[in-house]
Amino acid sequence: MALVCLHGPLRNLAGGRAAQEVGGGDVRAVLRGLEDLHPSVAGWILDERGAIRRHINVFVNGERGGEQTAVAAEDRVEVLPAITGGT
Amino acid sequence: MTEILLGTKKGLFVLEGDPGTDDFEIRCRAFPGEPVDFAMRDRVSGHVLATVTSPFYGPKIWFAEDPAGEWTQAEGVALPEGGDEALERIWVIVAGADGSLYAGGDPGVLFESRDGGVTWELNRALRRHRVEEKWQPGGGGLCLHSIVPWPGEPEKLSVAVSAAGVWHTDDHGETWRRGNQGIVPRYLPEEAREGATQLCVHRMERSPSKPERMFIQFHWGVYRSDDGGESWTEIGDGLPSDFGFPLALDPADPDSAYVIPLQGDFDRVTPDGNVRVYETRDGGSSWKPRGEGLPDHEAYLTVLRRAFDRAGEGPDLQLYFGATSGDVFGSADAGATWFTAATRLPPVFSVTASD
Repeated sequence: MALVCLHGPLRNLAGGRAAQEVGGGDVRAVLRGLEDLHPSVAGWILDERGAIRRHINVFVNGERGGEQTAVAAEDRVEVLPAITGGT
Repeated sequence: MTEILLGTKKGLFVLEGDPGTDDFEIRCRAFPGEPVDFAMRDRVSGHVLATVTSPFYGPKIWFAEDPAGEWTQAEGVALPEGGDEALERIWVIVAGADGSLYAGGDPGVLFESRDGGVTWELNRALRRHRVEEKWQPGGGGLCLHSIVPWPGEPEKLSVAVSAAGVWHTDDHGETWRRGNQGIVPRYLPEEAREGATQLCVHRMERSPSKPERMFIQFHWGVYRSDDGGESWTEIGDGLPSDFGFPLALDPADPDSAYVIPLQGDFDRVTPDGNVRVYETRDGGSSWKPRGEGLPDHEAYLTVLRRAFDRAGEGPDLQLYFGATSGDVFGSADAGATWFTAATRLPPVFSVTASD
């Protein structure tokens, strides 16, 4: 299980926990798993196409990742708003 | 007391005040920092609904009993999973003729709610047209921005899309057809205008007292329809510019329309720094500037398509519009005189008023 770390409103949607364990072999699977655990998260990180929203950054063990970035047990997946999103 | 809901670049602002005075106050602000594209009060459910497009987390519809209280995210506001597109933005929410609500958005989508905006369902028939016909977006995206029910006949509905023109349904959204006869897209080469479907409607309204009478503010051109939006006649002669976005009607007078001309698509500001609302009371045969109390020099405002609304009707018609400058103006006498309802707000995206 990977450790998924959330910030801002995503943390509230996911039950208020800063970090939680979620299974999945890549970033998309982990985020879908997070939606299964917390349906309120659906549509907030991944859009209808299964793509990470444009101004959301996902890091795996500190490195920027994409939907298909591999995730192993005990990896740390961090979801953050990107600096490009604010105006 | 009139309530004005302002969707702005930095949140929802709720103004309250007495019409005709500049004594409007900000009752509350919601979604601070978030772009609120549109907000409206649904008289049937009592809900206030707001469409918010977080640059980070995507478009959502929220509803609340009290805009100063707790907001709840609506369900079903998304395209089917696994497709080629994602929902970009919700531009408008309109009350239907039978208590339902409709929401229009980008990419050219229509949603319906039958429970006061708590849950929403995509209109798949219109969606199929968009997918199969490859509609082209306008500068603001592929926005379905105008939804006009037919009073007393809930199975009839018309919508306008930039830039896919006017669409009608007579069977509650099961089937759709175009209604664009007479619209001339001057932004296309002459030889490409006949039968063109890339039609950039900026806003469309229907007269409640005579539903077959409709008006359009087009991307160059103001039009009137006398047959429920099947065909259109250009009525922009007499305006300083027939380019603009907003449009409002007096419900009591089917021959009335109000527009706020802008210089042009190359310069989307009030002409010559002079803010004027133009009124017709004869179906567009003539236009009269209405500006007493509005800035008349060095005022280069941009008024967006949904940033103009009315409350009341007839002699008591109230008009309100907001600009991207953060100024909000109102009239309590059908446009004869104007007052300033608010200043120094974030850029105003939408205005809805209720009394």
